[in-house]
Amino acid sequence: MKIGVVTFPGSLDDRDAVRAVGAVGAEAVPLWHGDADLRAVDAVVLPGGFSYGDYLRCGAIARFSPVMEALVPAARGGLPVLGICNGFQVLCESHLLPGALIRNDHRKFSCLDQRLVVENAATAWTSQFEQGQEITIVLKNGEGGFVADDRTLDELEGEGRVVFRYAGDNPNGSYRAIAGITNERGNVVGLMPHPEHCVEPGYGPSLDGLPFFTSVLQAMAQA
Amino acid sequence: MDEVTRSAAHVDTVSRAAQSPDVEQPWLELGLKSDEYERIREILGRRPTSAELAMYSVMWSEHCSYKSSKVHFSLWGENTTDEMRERLLVGIGENAGVVDIGDGWAVTFKAESHNHPSYVEPYQGAATGVGGIVRDIMSMGARPLAVMDPLRFGNLNHPDTLRVLPGVVAGVGGYGNCLGLPNIGGEVVFDDCYQGNPLVNALCVGAMRVEDIHLAKASGVGNKVVLFGAKTGGDGIGGVSVLASETFDEGGPTKRPAVQVGDPFAEKVLIECCLDLYAAHVVDGIQDLGGAGLSCATSELASNGDGGMRVELDRVPLRDASLRPEEILMSESQERMMAVVEPSRLGQFLEITDRWDVEATVLGEVTDGDHLVITWHGEVIVDVPPRSVAHEGPTYHRPLERPAYLDVLHDSTPDSLPRPADAEGLKADLLSLLASPNLCDKSWVTDQYDRYVQGNTALAMPDDAGVVRVDEQTGRGVAISTDCNGRFAKLDPYAGAQLALAEAYRNVATAGAVPLAVTDCLNFGSPEDPGVMWQFREAVRGIAEGCRHLGIPVTGGNVSFYNQTGDTAIHPTPVVGVLGVMDDVARRTPSGWKAPGQVIYLLGRTRDELGGGEWAHALHGHLGGRPPRVDLDAERLLADILVNASRDGLVDAAHDLSDGGLAIALAEATLRYGVGARIWLDAVCERDRIDLFTALFSESAARAVVAVPRSEEVRFTDMCTARGQVHARIGVVDDETDGLDLQGQLTVTLAELRDAHTGTLPAVFGR
Amino acid sequence: MGNVVIDVMLKPEILDPQGQAVGGVLPRLGFEQFTEVRQGKRFVLTVDGDVTQEHLSAARQAAEKLLSNPVIEDVVSVRAEGSAQ
Repeated sequence: MKIGVVTFPGSLDDRDAVRAVGAVGAEAVPLWHGDADLRAVDAVVLPGGFSYGDYLRCGAIARFSPVMEALVPAARGGLPVLGICNGFQVLCESHLLPGALIRNDHRKFSCLDQRLVVENAATAWTSQFEQGQEITIVLKNGEGGFVADDRTLDELEGEGRVVFRYAGDNPNGSYRAIAGITNERGNVVGLMPHPEHCVEPGYGPSLDGLPFFTSVLQAMAQA
Repeated sequence: MDEVTRSAAHVDTVSRAAQSPDVEQPWLELGLKSDEYERIREILGRRPTSAELAMYSVMWSEHCSYKSSKVHFSLWGENTTDEMRERLLVGIGENAGVVDIGDGWAVTFKAESHNHPSYVEPYQGAATGVGGIVRDIMSMGARPLAVMDPLRFGNLNHPDTLRVLPGVVAGVGGYGNCLGLPNIGGEVVFDDCYQGNPLVNALCVGAMRVEDIHLAKASGVGNKVVLFGAKTGGDGIGGVSVLASETFDEGGPTKRPAVQVGDPFAEKVLIECCLDLYAAHVVDGIQDLGGAGLSCATSELASNGDGGMRVELDRVPLRDASLRPEEILMSESQERMMAVVEPSRLGQFLEITDRWDVEATVLGEVTDGDHLVITWHGEVIVDVPPRSVAHEGPTYHRPLERPAYLDVLHDSTPDSLPRPADAEGLKADLLSLLASPNLCDKSWVTDQYDRYVQGNTALAMPDDAGVVRVDEQTGRGVAISTDCNGRFAKLDPYAGAQLALAEAYRNVATAGAVPLAVTDCLNFGSPEDPGVMWQFREAVRGIAEGCRHLGIPVTGGNVSFYNQTGDTAIHPTPVVGVLGVMDDVARRTPSGWKAPGQVIYLLGRTRDELGGGEWAHALHGHLGGRPPRVDLDAERLLADILVNASRDGLVDAAHDLSDGGLAIALAEATLRYGVGARIWLDAVCERDRIDLFTALFSESAARAVVAVPRSEEVRFTDMCTARGQVHARIGVVDDETDGLDLQGQLTVTLAELRDAHTGTLPAVFGR
Repeated sequence: MGNVVIDVMLKPEILDPQGQAVGGVLPRLGFEQFTEVRQGKRFVLTVDGDVTQEHLSAARQAAEKLLSNPVIEDVVSVRAEGSAQ
């Protein structure tokens, strides 16, 4: 099983994503932003960071990179894609997912051990969770406020496409406390929290990141 | 671009300088003394050119030349034994010191100050402070692993603190987070003495294989000198514009900014690019461009090498075409590096910089002889012996005098302060202390830093030390802590510096790591004040002799003078960073207890020592008496016990006792995971002949609390007894107890502790 | 209601990483005619009634004092947008 991890200039958590992929026994394949080549991987992780400095808008410049030209049609065709933090922002800028991420309502970067509720345990990246399960995942960003118009929000809710919701206090002003969403098909998932930081005992606040990666292994096996 | 203003005809060349010895030069405005200017003329045998004058003035400044402090640096060498040198791979004098942590790994770490720029422009000042120290670490050949930021501000409630602190914190976070370096610790301290002089110190740690250490030297005749990274602009050269305006009247440059602006994205790309360059073995020598920019990089590389260097300055890629040659030499534009590359490897070098979209330009080459020659459109504008610029600057023997204020302070002991008479009063003092600016919860600050990126962080704030993994296979890693109580140093700079060293050393051991090496960031007032110079000398002596006693070397550091407003200097603030090593950082000891039933031990002896402490400061605004006694033998023993206990699994939590004493340590260990404890202190009071108040609030050194699993209790106490470690069983972890229960005396609920602890910073700075 | 529009730009000599990043991507999208991009900020201050000289002068002061950081930024224009409705 090969899972590609994209490195944009300014990607920061790409090494961590590679490590997380390895932690579940899959092969991590580095993908370079400048190559429109997915190297025959079975799934892709868009990692966190500040691609191209996140200047202009987060993810706005990464969207136009050659690797995204290859990734967007593949994702539309069903390739499992997980966008973490900056990767989520790139997915939204690429219109693979609806909505946008704006500056946190308290206007600061914040790094927290965040509790989440799994609201959809049927996507390619969440099947190993229980519906309604509460998990703790690192949340760290300056622009993590999820926004969309009411119609889109209602649609997301109605179709069960809200995958994660913040538990407890809303940490960043996200509409309806949405932490992560999926596309209609359930193969593309984007979330602000960082599952790749929660895969090793002794590092990070939990091991709740592992099921993301075991889920996609199962999805790939069934595909 | 305007060819007239850039042409050589308008530039002060060496030949012109030789022909016009009597031209008036603005050496005074550039901060040189008349004898220094005379010495430059003596070295060159003529007047310097404008460009040379610019180079000497910046390289001979206090900041670059350490001219007031370096006579005292012999104390470092005199106090470093051969045994201490064993693990020292690179010592003082290079960009950063390097120590051997075993298994073929080398670790480099260093702290630097960016105090004044952060006062002028808090966000950019702090951001570029982080950027600068990270490049220092990179230039040793290392991958940066983590950063830490010891910060000191004026009064929490002063309006200017509201301007400076949020900007500094956002700058540290904005730059470090974007670089992908976890911020794993540091300090946030408030004291009126820092009101006009906040201290923004930045520490970076990096690692490499021992064989991959790189040094800043240019050798090998014919090797290419390559500048790479960002373009050069007019950043941070406000001071030199005097030269430009003296020399040129028409087409002169626009106003030059004194502030440097950082681009963390450019630096992140530069880091990855450098690591690829190192991995490809295409770099012979490397130097970062920081303060004094190209002046510093060219003269230091040439001075450290075995030949000379020739540089064509007009090849430097510019962001602002109006820059004059002397401004290009002085520019402090960020995110630039200079490498020395063998011609046969240049192609590969440029392929790598291309891949990362990093601009790289060959400026010149290493030459025979021992001259640094810089040309501008073919004309020689600098021709100097590089050592005279970089390493043979002036040395001052500034007068020292023990300040008179000391006797007054020593006489004003905290004995006269009203101590609480009953349990009610003790509880009130505990809660006030816990809410005081220096002891309150700092997560408003530290939550703005990414502590998880890279996935190697095993401990971070609010634990005693930051701990990161170096080797992914074995888990081998390092722990770092920085500390300093400036009030102790004010009362006694020698003891205060040693207490800073002892606390950082103890913190590292508390996390379970063996202390290995020391860096420092010495923040003081004006060296022209004999009292300040005396404080400085005492502090350096304290650290150097303390390190000798503890058997760990100082590997490098930084001096920041002139932190004063008018005649009023800051408290002497020698911030000390200690680095330790662990075989497997996943086994680190956290500072809070979790497991009910574990037994709490207090290690070390408590005396009535409140001078310079937090209780006297925060609750009574008092500073006087003597700081706590330094006992480095006791520190060594305690560290040994803590490290061994951690390694053998005898302790599950450990927290050092420092600011606020036992009361604060117990509260913090309880708050860490929200698990309570029952505590009894009668036996300790009896043994140490102190009252409950002293047991709770004294800041005696060489102490820690630990939580020991019951199954290991006998082994633990046997070890303490055998080694002569003073220990007392003072309590038990108990999840049935809500907060802290000082048996028979007082109880404080978790909610009371939490409310007191967490409210202070948000009340001032908002959510 | 009237609006006062204030534009703030980084001083020309100050590095603008944001503008640089945008400038870097434009040619990739086929916009090759632009040699430099600099990014600034716009503030819109709303007042009751029409914008008067007093409003403009107060806005200028606010721009210098709060909306810009004189160390690195210039207030490049303060003007009335006219009545919004």
